[in-house]
Amino acid sequence: MTTTTANEHKSNGIGKDLGVYLCLLALAGLQFVIAYQNIDASQMFWRMLTVACVEAALAALFFMHLWTEKRSFLWFVAIFAVGVLLGMQYGWTDAFRMLVGAPFSK
Amino acid sequence: MSQADLTMEGHSTGLTVGPAFSIPTKKLAMWLFIIADTMTFAACLVAYGFLRNGTPNWPRPFHGITNVALMTFVLLTSSLTMLNGLRSARAGDKAGAFRWTMITAAAGIAFALLHVREWLGLIDEGMTLFKNPWGTGLFGASFFSITGLHLTHVTAGVIALIVVGVRYKGGRYNADDIEILGLYWHFVDVVWMFVVPLVYLLNLAH
Repeated sequence: MTTTTANEHKSNGIGKDLGVYLCLLALAGLQFVIAYQNIDASQMFWRMLTVACVEAALAALFFMHLWTEKRSFLWFVAIFAVGVLLGMQYGWTDAFRMLVGAPFSK
Repeated sequence: MSQADLTMEGHSTGLTVGPAFSIPTKKLAMWLFIIADTMTFAACLVAYGFLRNGTPNWPRPFHGITNVALMTFVLLTSSLTMLNGLRSARAGDKAGAFRWTMITAAAGIAFALLHVREWLGLIDEGMTLFKNPWGTGLFGASFFSITGLHLTHVTAGVIALIVVGVRYKGGRYNADDIEILGLYWHFVDVVWMFVVPLVYLLNLAH
């Protein structure tokens, strides 16, 4: 068992990789367009973050071949990574508290 | 059968248990490293977001997007050349795989040079780790930390690309090693997809 996905890699033509690459370029371009939209910083942040998450998912699934791995491994990576990323969001409430200068209890 | 043979047999029986998720061990190790590194970058970006959100006079020093757009294009394209290298390696085209791997390394070097040029421009404008002319000094520390950590990964990736490419050409490494290195290189690309909007585009001077 040198690789579990060797056959899939061989069968994948350059077409799919090129398609994903062009999608990623377009999405990266979309982020630059959003940067020049006349919207507030919060909206801009959420829009850019959404586009970045789609980009990351495309790259992980197709460039890093996560899509052709065992489904159990895909779920392992997804749940572990997303869980940790969500767990790091606990600090935001404190960041907003610093911004408005209000005690946490309020 | 000697005791030693029995012991060896026992060991080999234990070793025939397949690796986790039916993935080659080296590849699984790289994935685990990537997951761990994701946490490192996520912690840096969340800390950066925390500081930016909680600091009223956060600087917006970037006047143009040309350089960062060019860097993004170079890094994304290098992911495609890495895939071409892997495809060539899988097809047994050693020369092609080596060529694409070196092209990917060259793209990584181009990215690093563009990055250094940008850093020098900001330093010329008076930005250091602890102060800058536009606002809170925290900006310099967070900017150089995040982009520096990413640049370190790119530099390490370039060195690994050259080493693995040369060893693959010499027959010491195989296509699996190219694939595992490719995972790392694509990960560096994925991280950049988050660094660009959060660190650069949200700090454009309008």
